[in-house]
Amino acid sequence: MNPLQTRQLVIDIPGRPDGQPLNFTIEPGQIWGVLGPNGAGKTTLLHTLAGLRAPRSGEVCLGERSLTDWKRRQVSQQLGLVFQDRQDGFPATVLETALIGRHPWLSPWQMESGEDERIARQALEKLDVGHLSDRLVNTLSGGERQRVAIATLLTQAPDTLLLDEPTNHLDLHHQVSVLELLTAQASGGHSVFMCLHDLNLASRWCDHLLLMFPDGEACWGPAKKMLVPSALERLYDQALLSVEVDGVPLFVPRKT
Amino acid sequence: MSRPLLKPLLVLAFACLAAMVLSVGTGSVSVSPGQVLAVLLGEGSNLQQTLVLELRLPRTLSAFATGGLLAVAGALMQVLLRNPLADPYVLGLSGGAAVGALLAMLAGLGGLLVSGSAFAGALLSTLMVFGLAHGTGSWTPSRLLLTGVVVAAGWGAVITLMLAVSPAQRLPGMLYWLMGDVSYARSPWPALGLLFLVCLLVVPLGRSLNVLARGPMQAAALGVSVRPLEWMIYILASLLTATAVTMAGSIGFVGLVVPHMLRLVLGNDQRLILPACALAGGALLVLADTLARVVIAPEQLPVGVITALLGVPTFLYLLYRSR
Repeated sequence: MNPLQTRQLVIDIPGRPDGQPLNFTIEPGQIWGVLGPNGAGKTTLLHTLAGLRAPRSGEVCLGERSLTDWKRRQVSQQLGLVFQDRQDGFPATVLETALIGRHPWLSPWQMESGEDERIARQALEKLDVGHLSDRLVNTLSGGERQRVAIATLLTQAPDTLLLDEPTNHLDLHHQVSVLELLTAQASGGHSVFMCLHDLNLASRWCDHLLLMFPDGEACWGPAKKMLVPSALERLYDQALLSVEVDGVPLFVPRKT
Repeated sequence: MSRPLLKPLLVLAFACLAAMVLSVGTGSVSVSPGQVLAVLLGEGSNLQQTLVLELRLPRTLSAFATGGLLAVAGALMQVLLRNPLADPYVLGLSGGAAVGALLAMLAGLGGLLVSGSAFAGALLSTLMVFGLAHGTGSWTPSRLLLTGVVVAAGWGAVITLMLAVSPAQRLPGMLYWLMGDVSYARSPWPALGLLFLVCLLVVPLGRSLNVLARGPMQAAALGVSVRPLEWMIYILASLLTATAVTMAGSIGFVGLVVPHMLRLVLGNDQRLILPACALAGGALLVLADTLARVVIAPEQLPVGVITALLGVPTFLYLLYRSR
C-alpha cells in the first residue's frame, strides 16, 4: 500500500501563523490519534489529508506521489474519511448509505452487484447496525448514524482510514467496540488516523499521537512520548491528574 | 439490482402509452384506442389519419416532451442543491424565459423569434443566478437557492410591468404563454430527442449523482469530481428547462412535484428516479393537456392551470401521508 505522508505541510486556517510544518508518515499498522482543543485545526487537517482542501504550503503524498497527481477515484480507493457532520439531503436506507462506499470501486456503467451488497452488509454487522439495514438513516439516533458512517468507510475499504471523532455520540460500549474494530483494521495492515477528544481513549488505543496547539504549533511521535502531563496541560489549558492503569497513563481533570 | 429498477419503469412506460392513446383519442371527434393503434399501424380512414397523425399526435408528443423535460430538470436541480424546493421555476429560469418571450411578443415578433427569445432569456437567467451565487467563490446550495428566488422575484416584477404597459390586443396571447400552453408547440422531435439523450446519460452518471446527493465533501471523498459534475448538472438542467419553456411557455409545478411524488414511492436512486421522472412528467402533462382541451370544449384552458390544480392537492396529500 501507499502510506499517507505529509511534507512540510502547513494547513490553511485563515488568520493563523504558519506554526510548525507537519512531516510525518502514517505507516501500515499504525493507529494515530490527533489531540487538540476546539479550533486547533483537527478537522481542517483531516480534510487536507484527504485532499478536500488545499494546504497553505507543503504537500500531502500518497506513496511517492503528491495527492494532487492522483486521480480522485484512485485516491478514494486508498483513502477514506468519516466526516464529523453529515448532511442527509434526501432520505436513504442504512443499506443504501453503506453501499455508497462501493462507489470508488465500480465503473460508471456498473451496477452494485450481490458481492458489493455482501460487503456492505458485513460492514453493517461489524458495527452492530445490521438489523437496521432497511431503516431510513434520518430516523436513527446519533450514535447509530455514526456507526452507519463508519460502516460506510469499511465498505469503501481504503488502505488508510481517516476518522473525525469516530466515538462522537457513541455509548461507552460502542466507543470501545469501534476502537477495537479500528485496532483490528490496523493489525490487518491498514493505517488509522483519527481526531479524538477523549485523552484516555487515545492513550489506550493509539500508538502514535499528534498534538495540535491553537497557535499552529504541533508535535507528534509515539504515544508514550507524547502523553506527558505538562504538554497535555498546556494543550488543553487545563490542570490534569495522571494515574497509571494497565501500563498506560490515564488523565482526569483537576478540580479547581 | 437492475431488476428492481426495471419494473417501475415498465409500469410507468405503460401508463405513458395509455395516457397518450387516451389523449390522441379524445377531442371533438373521439377515436377509440383500437382505432388509434390501427392508424399508427397505417390503417384507418383518411379523416382519422389526418386527425391523429397531423393534429393530435404532435400536440400529445409535445406535451409529453415538455412534461418529461421539466420533471427531469427539477430532479437534477434538487440533487444539485440538495434541497427539495429547487426547481427551474423557483430558480428563476422560467422567469427569464418569460421575459424573453414577452419582449418578443411586445415587439410584434411571432413564432420562431418568440421561442428563440425565450431560450435566450432562460440562459441569461441561468448565467445571472450562477454568476451572482458564485460571486466571491463560496457557492453554497442555500446561497444559490436564495439568489434564484430573488432573481425569480425580479423577473416577476418585470413581467407585471410589461403586462401593464402592453397594448390590449396583445394581452391574451401573452397571458396564455405565461400560463403555459402546448397548442403553439412546433415539432416535438428535437425535445423528445434531448429527453431521450439525457435519460441515456443518466445511466453512467446516476451513481455519481447518488453520491453527490450526500453532499459535495462526501462525494469528493468517494472519488467524484464534484465541480465538473455540478456544472454539468446545472447546464443540463438549464438546457432542459429552456427547451421545455420554449416549447410550451411557462408551466409550473411539474418540476417540483413529479420528482417528489416519485421519491416518496420509489426511493432516491437517481438511476431510477430520472428516467421515471421523464415518463411520469410526460404522462402527467399529456393527461393535463387532454383535460385542458375537453373541460370547457370547444374553448381550451392553459395546461399550466390544470397541472397546478391537479398537482397541488395530490402533492399535499402525499406529503401529509408520508410522515
